[in-house]
Amino acid sequence: MPAVSKGDGMRGLAVFISDIRNCKSKEAEIKRINKELANIRSKFKGDKALDGYSKKKYVCKLLFIFLLGHDIDFGHMEAVNLLSSNKYTEKQIGYLFISVLVNSNSDLIRLINNGIKNDLASRNPTFMNLALHCIANVGSREMAEAFASDIPRILVAGDTMDSVKQSAALCLLRLNRTSPDLVPMGEWTARVVHLLNDQHLGVVTAATSLITTLAQKSPDDFKTSISLAVARLSRIVTSASIDLQDYTYYFVAAPWLSVKLLRLLQCYPPPEDAALRSRLTECLETILNKAQEPPKSKKVQHSNAKNAVLFEAISLIIHHDSEPTLLVRACNQLGQFLQHRETNLRYLALESMCTLASSEFSHEAVKTHIDTVINALKTERDVSVRQRAVDLLYAMCDRSNAKQIVAEMLSYLETADYSIREEIVLKVAILAEKYAVDYTWYVDTILNLIRIAGDHVSEEVWYRVIQIVINRDDVQGYAAKTVFEALQAPACHENLVKVGGYILGEFGNLIAGDSRSSPLVQFNLLHSKFHLCSVPTRALLLSAYIKFINLFPEVKATIQDVLRSDSQLRNADVELQQRAVEYLRLSCIASTDILATVLEEMPPFPERESSILAKLKRKKGPGNRPDIDDPRRNVNGNTEHSDNKIEATNKGSPPSFTDLLNLNSTPPAGANLLVDVFSDNSALAATDVSEENFSRFVCKNNGVIFENQLLQIGLKSEYRQSLGRIYVFYGNKTSTQFLSFSSTVTSPDTLENQLTAHAKTVDPVIEGGAQVQQIINIECVSDFTDAPVLDIQFRYGGTLQNIAVKLPVMLNKFFQPTEMASQDFFQRWKQLGAPQQEVQKIFKANHPMDTDVTKAKILGFGIALLDQVDPNPENFVAAGVIHTKNTQVGCLLRLEPNAQAQMYRLTLRTSRESVSQRLCDLLSDQF
Amino acid sequence: MQFMLLFSRQGKLRLQKWYVPLSDKEKKKITRELVQTVLARKPKMCSFLEWRDLKVVYKRYASLYFCCAIEEQDNELITLEIIHRYVELLDKYFGSVCELDIIFNFEKAYFILDEFLLGGEAQETSKKNVLKAIEQADLLQEPRHEYFNVPVY
Repeated sequence: MPAVSKGDGMRGLAVFISDIRNCKSKEAEIKRINKELANIRSKFKGDKALDGYSKKKYVCKLLFIFLLGHDIDFGHMEAVNLLSSNKYTEKQIGYLFISVLVNSNSDLIRLINNGIKNDLASRNPTFMNLALHCIANVGSREMAEAFASDIPRILVAGDTMDSVKQSAALCLLRLNRTSPDLVPMGEWTARVVHLLNDQHLGVVTAATSLITTLAQKSPDDFKTSISLAVARLSRIVTSASIDLQDYTYYFVAAPWLSVKLLRLLQCYPPPEDAALRSRLTECLETILNKAQEPPKSKKVQHSNAKNAVLFEAISLIIHHDSEPTLLVRACNQLGQFLQHRETNLRYLALESMCTLASSEFSHEAVKTHIDTVINALKTERDVSVRQRAVDLLYAMCDRSNAKQIVAEMLSYLETADYSIREEIVLKVAILAEKYAVDYTWYVDTILNLIRIAGDHVSEEVWYRVIQIVINRDDVQGYAAKTVFEALQAPACHENLVKVGGYILGEFGNLIAGDSRSSPLVQFNLLHSKFHLCSVPTRALLLSAYIKFINLFPEVKATIQDVLRSDSQLRNADVELQQRAVEYLRLSCIASTDILATVLEEMPPFPERESSILAKLKRKKGPGNRPDIDDPRRNVNGNTEHSDNKIEATNKGSPPSFTDLLNLNSTPPAGANLLVDVFSDNSALAATDVSEENFSRFVCKNNGVIFENQLLQIGLKSEYRQSLGRIYVFYGNKTSTQFLSFSSTVTSPDTLENQLTAHAKTVDPVIEGGAQVQQIINIECVSDFTDAPVLDIQFRYGGTLQNIAVKLPVMLNKFFQPTEMASQDFFQRWKQLGAPQQEVQKIFKANHPMDTDVTKAKILGFGIALLDQVDPNPENFVAAGVIHTKNTQVGCLLRLEPNAQAQMYRLTLRTSRESVSQRLCDLLSDQF
Repeated sequence: MQFMLLFSRQGKLRLQKWYVPLSDKEKKKITRELVQTVLARKPKMCSFLEWRDLKVVYKRYASLYFCCAIEEQDNELITLEIIHRYVELLDKYFGSVCELDIIFNFEKAYFILDEFLLGGEAQETSKKNVLKAIEQADLLQEPRHEYFNVPVY
């Protein structure tokens, strides 16, 4: 037991704590605790009313047990009872229990709030403080609802004690953080700002934090705080004579308050008023000057407090980013810290310099410290400091020093801690690409990365190098030669085999002239790695082989033998087997011309932002990173390629980079994986309903309805009479999980009675690269024009994504085709002769007028095409019945193309005007 | 500040203060992870580390580690001095504080902390003012005669 036990000791509690400490084992401890819990429970349940002291003691024991890590499920009521005790210590323990073990049991919350209310109204400052501390500690919504409007009143009332003001200010801060909507702004805000002028520095300290939080929420309401904060700061910093008494900490005047004031000023741009601005500049200069003065104490507390203010001042200077002299001075100061003997200061200097590197005024000044930073990378003993050095090198990199920095990072990578290797790999890959003037350097760098840290090279990195090699024909020959040479190593990383296989498959011909790298040599080299590789890599190699057959007819027989072998044709892996079978067959039956077309060199990838960058951003979150504005950034349209991608999607396999047979698509399926999430905030926040692909589904049921950088949505639909079923496939194109995924179908008002759509729930998590399916059942009740909307929500990284897509459910989906003879057709045609039953439209052809295509579209529309009905063989005549739950609507159609005028005339006759109109609108868009 | 933890060299938690709403399960998980991470660090290493999306500031005093988690834009050095000032307050109140004082008088450690920090921000940085508040509260204690009237537990 401690020698000093101040205040009101509780002997029973001390004995219990001693017992626990004397327990020799975990089991003994649990036994002792259970015994105590049983004892307390019986006391609480017993007939004899407990006095306040006992109640306090038992509640305190429960608290101790809870803090040991055990669950406590009773005693709350007794703690609440203590709140209404008029003995201070009992009240105090009651509040402590509630603060630590708050329970959202609503009955109790009401009782607790009641106790707090009484204490707030007590006008006893110690009781008021206890109540305010409790609100600040718990900060629950119920408390915010009950007290958010009372506390501002207490805070600004003239007769409130200073200590209560302090508690009230921070209590309000906490409520504003947890329930900002419940803290009302009002006339009190102006008075809160004036607390910055308060005589009591404790009040100013507490109020400054509150004002900062509120100013972040609504900067305009607190603008007046700027001048007050500057004045206050100036008085603390620049007047040497002022005695702040106990607010001076190791010879530093009010360091906490100074930091808070500097932080408040970071909510705003530099002051517009010139006098104010120069006063602030003077403060900042003084703080910088003080850093150069000899220390007034050798204690680390002195230098820490002084430098805390200095670093906050530098943050403000960087935030303003407007005073070149201050920025350069800040940079020089940090430069001194880079070699300081205190590890903490070196760490902070590296960190702070990262942000300075992004300012145009100080970028050059930061660069002068490159050697020190490189040295830190080599000599710092603490990995977290080395990490900062890597960050800073990355931030200070530009065209002038890229080669040096990349080389240093590569050499550091050889010995770097495993925990930061992947990030360094990403950074090197980005810098190498961004500052490559000469792409041979880029290729060398990436191959080095794979050699040094192959395991940490993510897919994005090797996809990217292939993308770049394919897009730049000046580097293809060099790349082929370099990978060929790198593959000579007896043991090379599988990622190198992937890159090598892909590049030789595409560009092996560029080095085949040299007998040392003849086609057969190339093939044998690749194949020597085959058996050591995983299935995806082998699949890629098989694709490289079939490409070889096209590039080099002389090795065709050799490769066919390999494909024909049992280990390929009868491979247990279905993907490998399928490739072997298909490639073998393709090589046997296809003519040279066909082979050349099918296996043509990959077309250039659409230029897009580096996926590696996106990955790094996901790893790091926003923050210290050089400005990466790339003029090449552009998001390509994807409509033409969608049809091909859906095949991969429907098979249920994620699009695979190695799938070279996905031939029609301009960017290979792998492009899907090269996700561009650079603009995720702007592009994806929009919840406008996407309907750009809607009309493409009028005549077909399957395809990609939506695609952005993160998500691809494919559809497969089937309809029978008035019923339909849509299979929706959500493909996660990124390598990160989507969380809280949900997708629901909503119908606009009028549609609700015409069409029912029921979506099954879908798994809330979609793994990176994976795909999930959702089924939507549809019933058409009566004819309709509008379409239901698919609302999708998920969490990607930190942000919530909202996507709305118009579902392609149109009236014509409920067509059943009707075959009929010529005379029946004309008879019905005449029966539907009333003017409102016919809708006719004459329109210009938007696509080439091809008879077969037109036929396919009419069939796709769901209606039977009737031959030899119309006397003019150029015309198309069709018939069908729309099935709705309530009724059936017969429908006849005639389409007359006029090739000379490039026009069509479309006539529809149905028994219902709205149906004729809708069908005409839908179909006339398609030609 | 998001939370403050005090734990011993053996990894025993002595005080926990949370300024953000978290479930008990999350709190336990965070505590476990962080205690492990900090205990694994060597003496001369720097007092700051990146942890999840927070910054952790820690310092060891005798057998106790004081560890604070702050946000990206918060000031590391001033946090280090928050820790030091809290240690000074405990020291002054208990008179050369040791781990046992905090174990046996854990409620006092909480009360002192509440006077110093509230809602994760410094409320009163003057040592005198904080201790005055605590001592005033101690003066409100009722007499101790109850000791003799009640059984030990």
